[in-house]
Amino acid sequence: MADYNTMELMICVAARELEDGASVGVGTGAPCAAAMLAQKTRSPNLLIMFEAGGVAPILPEMPISVGDSRTFWRAVMASGMCEIMETCCRGMVDYTFLGGAQIDMYGNLNSTRIGGEHQKPKIRLPGSGGANDFASLCWRMMVITPQDNRRFVEKTDYITTPGWLEGGDSRSKSGLPLGAGPYKIITNMAVLDFEPESKRMRIISVNPGYSEKDVQDNCGFELLRASKIVETHPPTDKELKVLREEVDPYRYIIGR
Amino acid sequence: MDIVDQGVGRLFTDPDADKAREFFRQKSRKQEKKLMTVKEAVEKFVHDGDYLAIGGFGANRIPTAVCHEIVRQGRKNMAFAGHTSTHDFQILSAGKVFNKLDIAYIIGLEARGLSPNARKYMESGEVEVTEWTNYCMSARIKAAAMGVSFVPIRNIMGTDTFKYSGAKKIVCPYTGQYYVLMPALYPDVSAIHVHEADIYGNCRIRGITISDLDLARATKRLIITAERIIPPDEIRKDPTQTVIPFYLVDAVCEVPYGSYPGNMPYEYFSDEEHLREWMKVEREPETFQEFLDKNIYSCRDHFEYIRQNGGMEKMWQLRHKELMILNNH
Repeated sequence: MADYNTMELMICVAARELEDGASVGVGTGAPCAAAMLAQKTRSPNLLIMFEAGGVAPILPEMPISVGDSRTFWRAVMASGMCEIMETCCRGMVDYTFLGGAQIDMYGNLNSTRIGGEHQKPKIRLPGSGGANDFASLCWRMMVITPQDNRRFVEKTDYITTPGWLEGGDSRSKSGLPLGAGPYKIITNMAVLDFEPESKRMRIISVNPGYSEKDVQDNCGFELLRASKIVETHPPTDKELKVLREEVDPYRYIIGR
Repeated sequence: MDIVDQGVGRLFTDPDADKAREFFRQKSRKQEKKLMTVKEAVEKFVHDGDYLAIGGFGANRIPTAVCHEIVRQGRKNMAFAGHTSTHDFQILSAGKVFNKLDIAYIIGLEARGLSPNARKYMESGEVEVTEWTNYCMSARIKAAAMGVSFVPIRNIMGTDTFKYSGAKKIVCPYTGQYYVLMPALYPDVSAIHVHEADIYGNCRIRGITISDLDLARATKRLIITAERIIPPDEIRKDPTQTVIPFYLVDAVCEVPYGSYPGNMPYEYFSDEEHLREWMKVEREPETFQEFLDKNIYSCRDHFEYIRQNGGMEKMWQLRHKELMILNNH
């Protein structure tokens, strides 16, 4: 088995979620790397979209911005923000990957502020960008994030992006499109999903080298456990080779 | 229509479509020459207290020269559309030109990291904010472009983004489902950078258009900067390429490399070295002031800014990078 780092593992695991023929709205960084890897391995017909308007690019290298010229390099269409979000709202985008400074047990994400008051925050973060839009409108929202107690919190300081809100049927009651919501959380330690009734986060697989206890110890709330917890498949040699040589040869993401 | 919930955020512009109609009724439809310098355009069309929007996305196809000129002319108390605003936001924060802000994405430069100075400004309490998302802002601009006072969309429900927005949640009179209404955003003034324009303001853009086509239609006054001016005959030879027609435009300024240090699709890539330097100098107020003096306050225009940062040779390198000439693609 090849040696790999945490970021490489998370990207490889994330890429496996994107089946051939699916569509995904991505941002820069690890999500983009996962989509590129999927496209170059098991899912050659993966439809990649960027919120600023790029549709089905042949990504020549890692974009720096979700609106730079790489995001529509040899694409089928260079459109705009409304076109992409309307496509999501019509139910034609299957997946999106997001991140955030904080996440709670229902998959709600904070990327707006930590502490202070709204008009005078202690730490101001960038805000939603297109994250809330993608999470509201794409069928399955996934998160790629390192796992620690500061990030996985009982209650986020602010909900920028909807997860399952307060759990149960609170999301569908809010008015957000039915049947869409958080799907999987991919961390350096585990893969988590959501228990179907309560919509609380639960462990479904543990990454090589970690135990269920490690996962719980690095989480600020109580995690549920799936009836059968498996070990996450480590990256294969082929996945690592494509990731290192074709997806991110300059190690912009996997070198972090 | 029943309003079941609403955000606490203040609207910084009036969404009234009839008032907007009265304004647009007076706007000139004459096809006349609108060529001027960026300095003249900002003097004439950008005023203290105005609501300002900037085209492009992040550091891509932004009208950098207009942003510098607004800072150089010391505009204050403006309201601003933070609709994935990255380097443009960094420039305008350096000049503290705005104190009211609609936020979708600010202070960050995406994969490049966060701007220390813009963040400091946003944590100072000096800026009144209303929260949105990118799609919210696009929909608000679309409503204004449509000439109506709102459009319904299906995001932000159940979140603090809704709570701190100026949106209203309603029950659909047809289906009984919930929707959120995005109030029309009619900016007082906007600046958009394009690939080609004629002297009247007919514009061509290559690549993604983000929200700029709606923005051009939503705004009361529009400044266009263009990589190059082309003859009006060229426009009439192929009207399919015109995405912004002249009657929306108030000023046309020819600014080659006008998005520098940002990316201009099919022309030049972003100057990552310069953007990194910008983030670095922001950490130290004195160094930052010297940097701003060198790059904005003491510069006559965009040519001089480019000369300060590598001139034609740098532009040539960025062009190669954009076109991946050496990568064999």
